[in-house]
Amino acid sequence: MKSLSTRRRHPLAAFVVLALGLAFAGTLFAAFVSPAASADTGESAAQQLANGKALYISSCSSCHGKNAEGTGLGPSLVGVGAASVDFQVSTGRMPAKQLGAQVEAKQNIFSTQQIQDMAAYVQSLGGGPQIPAAGQYAYDANAVALGGQLFRENCSQCHNFAGEGGALTDGKFAPKLTQTNPQQIYEAMLTGPQNMPVFSDKVIPPAEKQAIISYLLNSRNEPNYGGAGLGRLGPVSEGLFIWTVGLIALLLCAVWIAAHTTKASAQKAAQAAAAGKAGK
Amino acid sequence: MTATTPHAAGFGDGTAPSTPAGKAADYLDQRLGIAGAAKKNLRKIFPDHWSFMLGEIALYSFIVLLLSGVFLTLFFTPSMNEVTYNGSYTPLDGIKMSEAYASTVNISFDVRGGLLMRQIHHWAALVFVMAITVHMLRIFFTGAFRKPRELNWLIGFGLFVMALLEGFAGYSLPDDLLSGTGLRIAEGVVLSIPIIGTYVSFFLFGGEFPGHDLVPRLFTIHILLVPGLILALITVHLILVFYQKHTQWAGPGRTNENVVGLPLLPVYIAKAGGFFFLVFGIISLLAGLVSINPIWTYGPYVPNEMTAGSQPDWYIGFLEGSLRMMPNVEFNFIGHTLSLNVLIPALIVPGILFTGLAVYPFIEAWVTGDRREHHILDRPRNVPTRTGIGVAGCTFYGVLWVVGGNDLIATHFHLSLESITWAGRVVVFVGPAFAFWITRRICYGLQRADREKVLHGREAGVIVRSPEGEFSEVHAPISDGDRYRLTAHDVHRPLSIAQAADANGIPAPRLRRAKLRARFTRWYFGTRVEKPSTEEYRESITSGHH
Ligand code: HEC
Ligand code: HEC
Ligand code: HEM
Repeated sequence: MKSLSTRRRHPLAAFVVLALGLAFAGTLFAAFVSPAASADTGESAAQQLANGKALYISSCSSCHGKNAEGTGLGPSLVGVGAASVDFQVSTGRMPAKQLGAQVEAKQNIFSTQQIQDMAAYVQSLGGGPQIPAAGQYAYDANAVALGGQLFRENCSQCHNFAGEGGALTDGKFAPKLTQTNPQQIYEAMLTGPQNMPVFSDKVIPPAEKQAIISYLLNSRNEPNYGGAGLGRLGPVSEGLFIWTVGLIALLLCAVWIAAHTTKASAQKAAQAAAAGKAGK
Repeated sequence: MTATTPHAAGFGDGTAPSTPAGKAADYLDQRLGIAGAAKKNLRKIFPDHWSFMLGEIALYSFIVLLLSGVFLTLFFTPSMNEVTYNGSYTPLDGIKMSEAYASTVNISFDVRGGLLMRQIHHWAALVFVMAITVHMLRIFFTGAFRKPRELNWLIGFGLFVMALLEGFAGYSLPDDLLSGTGLRIAEGVVLSIPIIGTYVSFFLFGGEFPGHDLVPRLFTIHILLVPGLILALITVHLILVFYQKHTQWAGPGRTNENVVGLPLLPVYIAKAGGFFFLVFGIISLLAGLVSINPIWTYGPYVPNEMTAGSQPDWYIGFLEGSLRMMPNVEFNFIGHTLSLNVLIPALIVPGILFTGLAVYPFIEAWVTGDRREHHILDRPRNVPTRTGIGVAGCTFYGVLWVVGGNDLIATHFHLSLESITWAGRVVVFVGPAFAFWITRRICYGLQRADREKVLHGREAGVIVRSPEGEFSEVHAPISDGDRYRLTAHDVHRPLSIAQAADANGIPAPRLRRAKLRARFTRWYFGTRVEKPSTEEYRESITSGHH
């Protein structure tokens, strides 16, 4: 296990600290002002809702409807909650572009502020799960083992034992979890995007969600103790490796050994062959 | 060693050995009289060719398996008793698991050199089965299984099956999530056997799955029973290679009656010893640099847990694929469920594949009516039907194998699981047929190219222009040795019905069999590329078509 001091240098650390700071300030402010207000810029709740609505109308309403009631192109957003909007937009899934088997993550095009505005707007329409506070998804070294167990019970059948992702039916897939930030992991569990089930707080209480996140963060940073990890995909990549690199190396040795014979014995063999009397 | 040989050579001429080794040999010889036998056997000739060393790779990786395996038995606990882990791999701290799993994690993190040994053992296992497979393919495609080596083919086949069993048993021992999933599938396969399935399963697992008995039983099978059988079979296998002598490629001076090569001692032994260290070295390098079976990331087996990417080691992958490909067919028959969806892919398909493999030498001998001994290998192109059958078999196996990894193919190439499965269902039938057809055509093409080479020489790459302005390529004559090599093979002909019946008068029931057999040989040898006859060859020389 790594101590916090080594983790500090991880590329993610700056981000975690930043998110932590922002969200901490946010929750503090929210506790004092109103549940849906944002703290960072001191926008009023009403302003935020107005901004959020404007953004929503221009970017989202074509599919989700003017009042988020849903259209043929996208589901209703009433009651999906701020957490769902934050997850969908911050992972770049929304606004959706081409609709294939599954809307895929891509580059996010909105600022954090804009996302929060839209989230607040959608939240105001019918409630739903809120964006989690930073403390809820902070790394907890003591929860890693529990998190591993919970991950194997609830998640690995789709996302693979190391969070490397896996295939589902009809061209859908459970993505890799190696890049997703902790807040998004929390929100994914809370809202169950597309083919992922919802893991409500009744099914997996907040402390256990935090444990799962701690496990995933730990496994990302864990070295492959045995050497190159071959993508952490299990026996298939091992088999592929032995039938390519391993076999070629062994065959090269065989060819080399078979071709190298001391001159003297090769000549003798050649003479014997010429005389046609060798062996037997 | 150097002293033994001259002494043995000069046996009885009164010269006393002077070196210590020579004296020791002399001492032993005077008591055991081994010089005569040793001289004969140690000078045994082995032909040199890289493809004759594939069996050796299997042998050496087996030795590596034995050595590393003994190390592992010292630290592994074959028990399903539940313990709470508190070793040095903290991400599993406080987790309940079987002693088998806990001891494997301990070997990986708390036993000095343990992880390296585990990885050597596991990579060696993959190399072992791969080497056996490739060795077997070389025996098949060169016709080395023909009389008198059919029995050795059967022994080899036995080794192949034992190796698969041994690998599966070993893979199942650590009781991690993947091995448990594998055993669960094995249980399903046993259960699918009609009528007796349930009883057999209870018998094997000692009650309900997973139970407490299986891991200790697998342990005995894995470290005692199967390795013992493999060792015994390898011994017989090599004794037979030794006494039947090794086959060789056709060439000047190499006939069906002799063996041309290097003496076992000192040349071949030195080479073999060197090769052992190379194989050992490559396996160790792999084990030191590349992770294999990191069971601590899989977690302990818990029956209600599952993971994406649950696959067996490569040599069981074809069964996995066969299961994944099979449509879901189940019948209910007077209170019994007949699970064809498991029975067919997991027992019937491999049953047919393996039986076919085992009896192929006998089928070929019957079809071709060839009763002669063969010590000269076939070039695969010269027996197109056999080569085609072999490639078709490999294609069939390969399709099953690929579908065994369908989920990874789906995620890595952005395909849907269903389309891969459906493609597999079609290709598994069409692919082998196509492979057979195209392989035979390629073989005939290569034979024709050989014929051209014999008659007109090889293309020298020089273009000349005749005084009439015609362009033509210069053909350089090939050497006598090459000409011999290209024409040493027999051109087989189909049997007539009379030959097929092996009898003078043909009684009616036999006639039907004879007709069948004649039809088979026509299929086997119907299309031929004849070797150039002497007349053709003379004519090609005199007409100056070089
Ligand atoms: C091209 C059409 C399209 C656009 C534009 C679009 N969406 Fe979506 N959205 C969809 C579809 C289809 C789904 C359902 C599939 C899914 O969940 O990914 C969806 C789902 C969602 C969900 C998840 C609903 C749930 O049940 O949890 C949220 C939240 C969401 N969109 C928000 C937005 C926001 C915010 C925008 C604007 C920035 C946006 N969408 C723009 C098509 C669209
Ligand atoms: C039934 C299969 C399934 C299970 C079980 C499941 N997921 Fe998912 N998960 C998915 C699918 C499918 C997606 C993709 C959804 C999308 O693109 O909208 C997904 C997406 C995610 C994402 C977003 C990844 C990213 O970078 O965009 C996270 C995080 C996640 N899952 C975490 C979990 C966790 C944690 C669990 C266990 C508590 C879990 N999932 C259980 C199927 C599953
Ligand atoms: C444990 C596995 C095996 C080991 C250690 C092994 C070892 C060997 C060795 C060292 C040789 C002599 C060198 C060579 O031709 O490569 C040999 C020859 C041979 N093997 Fe194997 N082998 C194994 C499995 C098999 C299998 C699976 C088959 C086929 C079903 C097979 C069939 C044969 C035959 C027919 C020969 C004689 C070849 C000839 O003379 O050209 N062996 N084996």
